[in-house]
Amino acid sequence: MGSDYFGGQFTAACLRAGTSSFADFLADSAPGLLPGPAGAAGAGAAGPAAGSGDRSLGDQVPHGTTIVAADFADGVIMAGDRRSVLGNMIAQRDIEKVFRSDDYSCVGFSGVAGVGLELVRLFQLELEHYEKLEGRALSLEGKANRLGNFVRGNLGGAMQGLIAVPLFAGYDPEAGQGRIFSYDVAGGRYEERKFHAIGSGSVFARGALKKLYIDDMSAGDAIMACMHALYDAADEDSATGGPDLTRRIYPMVATVTADGFELLPEAEAGRYTQAVVDERMSSPGGPTAPLSGPQDS
Amino acid sequence: MPFYVSPEQQMKDKADYARKGIARGRSGVVIQYDQGILFVAPNPSRALHKISEIYDRIAFAAVGRYNEFENLRVAGVRYADVRGYQYDRGDVTARGLANWYAQILGTVFTESNKPLEVEFVVAEVGESPDLDQIYRIFFDGSVQDEHGFVAMGGQAEQVTSALKERYEDGLTLAGALGAVTASLSGSSDEDITTGQLEVGILARGRAHRSFRRLTGTPQLERLLAEARPADAGPAGNGSAGNGSAGNGSGGNGSGGNGGGGQGG
Repeated sequence: MGSDYFGGQFTAACLRAGTSSFADFLADSAPGLLPGPAGAAGAGAAGPAAGSGDRSLGDQVPHGTTIVAADFADGVIMAGDRRSVLGNMIAQRDIEKVFRSDDYSCVGFSGVAGVGLELVRLFQLELEHYEKLEGRALSLEGKANRLGNFVRGNLGGAMQGLIAVPLFAGYDPEAGQGRIFSYDVAGGRYEERKFHAIGSGSVFARGALKKLYIDDMSAGDAIMACMHALYDAADEDSATGGPDLTRRIYPMVATVTADGFELLPEAEAGRYTQAVVDERMSSPGGPTAPLSGPQDS
Repeated sequence: MPFYVSPEQQMKDKADYARKGIARGRSGVVIQYDQGILFVAPNPSRALHKISEIYDRIAFAAVGRYNEFENLRVAGVRYADVRGYQYDRGDVTARGLANWYAQILGTVFTESNKPLEVEFVVAEVGESPDLDQIYRIFFDGSVQDEHGFVAMGGQAEQVTSALKERYEDGLTLAGALGAVTASLSGSSDEDITTGQLEVGILARGRAHRSFRRLTGTPQLERLLAEARPADAGPAGNGSAGNGSAGNGSGGNGSGGNGGGGQGG
């Protein structure tokens, strides 16, 4: 059957000396469990023309939308809205798209939710597995490269329209600062300076962050900047969810500092969200940046 | 020239061989305390561990041949991670892992010439002390479900009887650590110093991963300092030779401790 991998062959594979990578071990000993073409052999058999009529497979599954990240004085912050959409419908109001990947990093995704969630799950386990076997965590660069590798692994799925890309951020103890990495569908890894956003509302979020970002912000300012950026994204992009005060669904905000990963508690996220909404009551466009004209002689 | 060896003799020889190998090293101890499970092993190396994390609530402590139990540890981490990935993190249990290990050791013991010279514990911290699980796995694949504490390897019998005097339900972490260090140093000639101890805990109620290494942390220094006064009196009196008297006062708990403090 292949649904149970705990027979003799699997046991033998466990006892063999080999890799410290969880994904590589799975590929070797239980390939059916891996996501992607090797795992979803049945789905892959349908070929690139899968789906009905003109609609590609990617149009028939929920998509996660906007994620923003910025560095600040103590480390790095990542925030995401809570909406996933299926075409013009809202698929879920309270989806989680920002995750702890290990003690000193976090990861968010946008794109096809099924692919993104599985990517995150595998990545989290990869880091934990390595840490347990080797007795030390991977370097931040090592983690970022590994994630790029996983994204490239989904290239086949991406060509069928199942596109998801992560945003990775972590605290680099050697540099003593937060760092942000973005990815393209082919697994290309790009280190971003100061701030970045991905997903359907990213254009607007990035525009907002460009005006709100200040070097070495405090944690509180960084949270406000990200909340405003997400609000602006939701304001312009129908696929990005705005704050849902009636249902108490607020953006997810994670910070990673020298003290480790921390998810902003819901009550706190509610307070910040309320502050953003209150401010927008009087100025719907949000905070304005000071302008300085040409100097008078 | 081939000659006949009865199966009984063959098994006995293998068992003797394995037991001898396991007794050669130093003892390791696993003990329950009020907020979790404590693992202690005298280990001069900071890098080659005898105590390790397996999964969220499961840890592993071994004695015997390093290369053999290290291989088993790696296999256990792989088993647990694959199982948790295939099903859910909550579906990885110490019981399942212990049974899986037992199969491996049993097979090796009967089928190969050289048995594995290891003995180890797979422990899982539960919601309450009653739900803690400690499985002790022997070189031949037999499994014991233990409660309270386990001492294995080296002078296991002496350490066990010393611990029996000192152990009680609901020990604090410092109390448990004190009981273990006293029992370990009481049963060997050399005194155990902090630097030689490998210490880890499975802390009850911690989110996600509950295993933590205490070796080399300020917390361990504090705990040892806190644990010491209880046993310092008797140990100072007559070192290893006077072990039984020391055990008695340690076992009395708070009453004995108070007396020791005044005497100092």
